Amino acid sequence: MSDTKKLAIIASQGTLDWGYPPFILASTAAAMDMEAVIFFTFYGLPLLKKEIDAKVSPHSNPAMPMKMPFGNKDFKSINWQIPNVISGNMPGFDSMATMMMKETFKQKGVATIEQLRSMCQEFGVRFIACQMTMEVFGFEKEEFIDGVEYGGAATFLEYAADADISLFI
Amino acid sequence: MSEMVSNMELNCEGLNCPLPILKTKKAIDSLNSGDILKMTATDPGSVNDMASWAKRTGHEVVAHTEEGSVHTFFIKKK
Repeated sequence: MSDTKKLAIIASQGTLDWGYPPFILASTAAAMDMEAVIFFTFYGLPLLKKEIDAKVSPHSNPAMPMKMPFGNKDFKSINWQIPNVISGNMPGFDSMATMMMKETFKQKGVATIEQLRSMCQEFGVRFIACQMTMEVFGFEKEEFIDGVEYGGAATFLEYAADADISLFI
Repeated sequence: MSEMVSNMELNCEGLNCPLPILKTKKAIDSLNSGDILKMTATDPGSVNDMASWAKRTGHEVVAHTEEGSVHTFFIKKK
């Protein structure tokens, strides 16, 4: 028996904010000489697409700070309280919030999801796409990056049964 | 710590979690056992993260200094 620690993650959400944790944790685990597997299911599947088009929705995240990525320090620190009636109805609000979050991440030296994803692959993290969800939502293998495995609940559980850390994200 | 000799230097200044760890891992992989990697970072979280990373991987942080917001780590490959 090898004493290599194993991390098992289920990635079930594909928005920009929820897309980060699986790749951050899996790449770091691999960098710490652990084995890591991410099982992508339901809304997590689009994270395997060649071009990730993940957005963030302030309307669905009431605790999300709304801060500007530009201006002086005082201006940047203002937390804009946007009523849900605006954030939920104004066309393009999510795109604007997504642009602001991406810009802030860039300024803070945070990697993009694509960067973290490719580092995962470089470090040997296994990606498993949920075959059932692909059928249901109409995803084709051609839409996904190379190196993805395909399977179902049993495929994930076979690995997770021996995992030291199991996370549902 | 300028007297400390390193086999490779890695600049992670301006990068945030988990990039310093990931880049350190890549750099360490390219070195030989016993080699020293000098890594600089400005992420305040890198202090605890480097310690945890070293504890799990077995590589050793032989020195850590702080100058302003810049942390310098000397890491010896196991």
